[in-house]
Amino acid sequence: MRDKKYQEIVDKHKPKENRISNMIIAFIVGGIIGLIGNLLVDLYTYFFHISTTEAGVCMIVTLIFIACLLTGLGVFDLLVKKGKMGFIIPITGFAHSMQSAILDYKKEGPVYGFGANMFKLAGSVILYGVVSAYVFGLIRYLFFGG
Amino acid sequence: MYVLSFLFCGFLCLIAQIIIDNTKLSAGHITSIFVSLGAFLDIFDIYDKIVSCVGGGALVPITSFGHSLIHAALDRAQESGFFGLAMGMFDLTATGITAAIVISFFIALIFRPKN
Repeated sequence: MRDKKYQEIVDKHKPKENRISNMIIAFIVGGIIGLIGNLLVDLYTYFFHISTTEAGVCMIVTLIFIACLLTGLGVFDLLVKKGKMGFIIPITGFAHSMQSAILDYKKEGPVYGFGANMFKLAGSVILYGVVSAYVFGLIRYLFFGG
Repeated sequence: MYVLSFLFCGFLCLIAQIIIDNTKLSAGHITSIFVSLGAFLDIFDIYDKIVSCVGGGALVPITSFGHSLIHAALDRAQESGFFGLAMGMFDLTATGITAAIVISFFIALIFRPKN
């Protein structure tokens, strides 16, 4: 009984997050990052005369560098608070998870501190990526001939 | 191309935002799901088609990480048979992972954790 009443009071005073505006913000932020990615690919192919695949790799490295630098400066967390999933779903989120883990455990030393904890968050992405790519690749290789 | 990149990337972030607002899944769950989704879409060559019509924008979301993994694995499997699946797994993504590790190491040496 008391718990129920307590829960009601908590619900009343909880700040309501506006889901619609969150969705719009995530859409616009994610879209802008996609736009920057496409722009960088075009710029790299135009100025350095490399193939689209190589330009894509260069673009990803550029985005990772920007995300790591912003995380190091402490700006990225503020951006995530504002832009929500718009910053997490692009490759910047992957770089951010690695960089923030490494910074958090810096105090505990180079080996058991950030050496061991570096992949704490990014590890799940790599694990599920590799496992699913292997399983789905096997399916495609066996049933569709690669 | 630019409009499509904007729409595609924005659409994926929109879906992720809907999931995180309405369920108890955290950002880590969602990125893992999206990586698997990218690999899954490549069974039927769907993601390759998306990349060819959307352009650079399709390479930005984390789904392209799964796509690159399976793509590289299958490319090597064409050359060297069954074991190529494991041999070529990191061919395309190696650059991204190496860059992330090296860059974040040197930045961690320079900067101190904020907050």
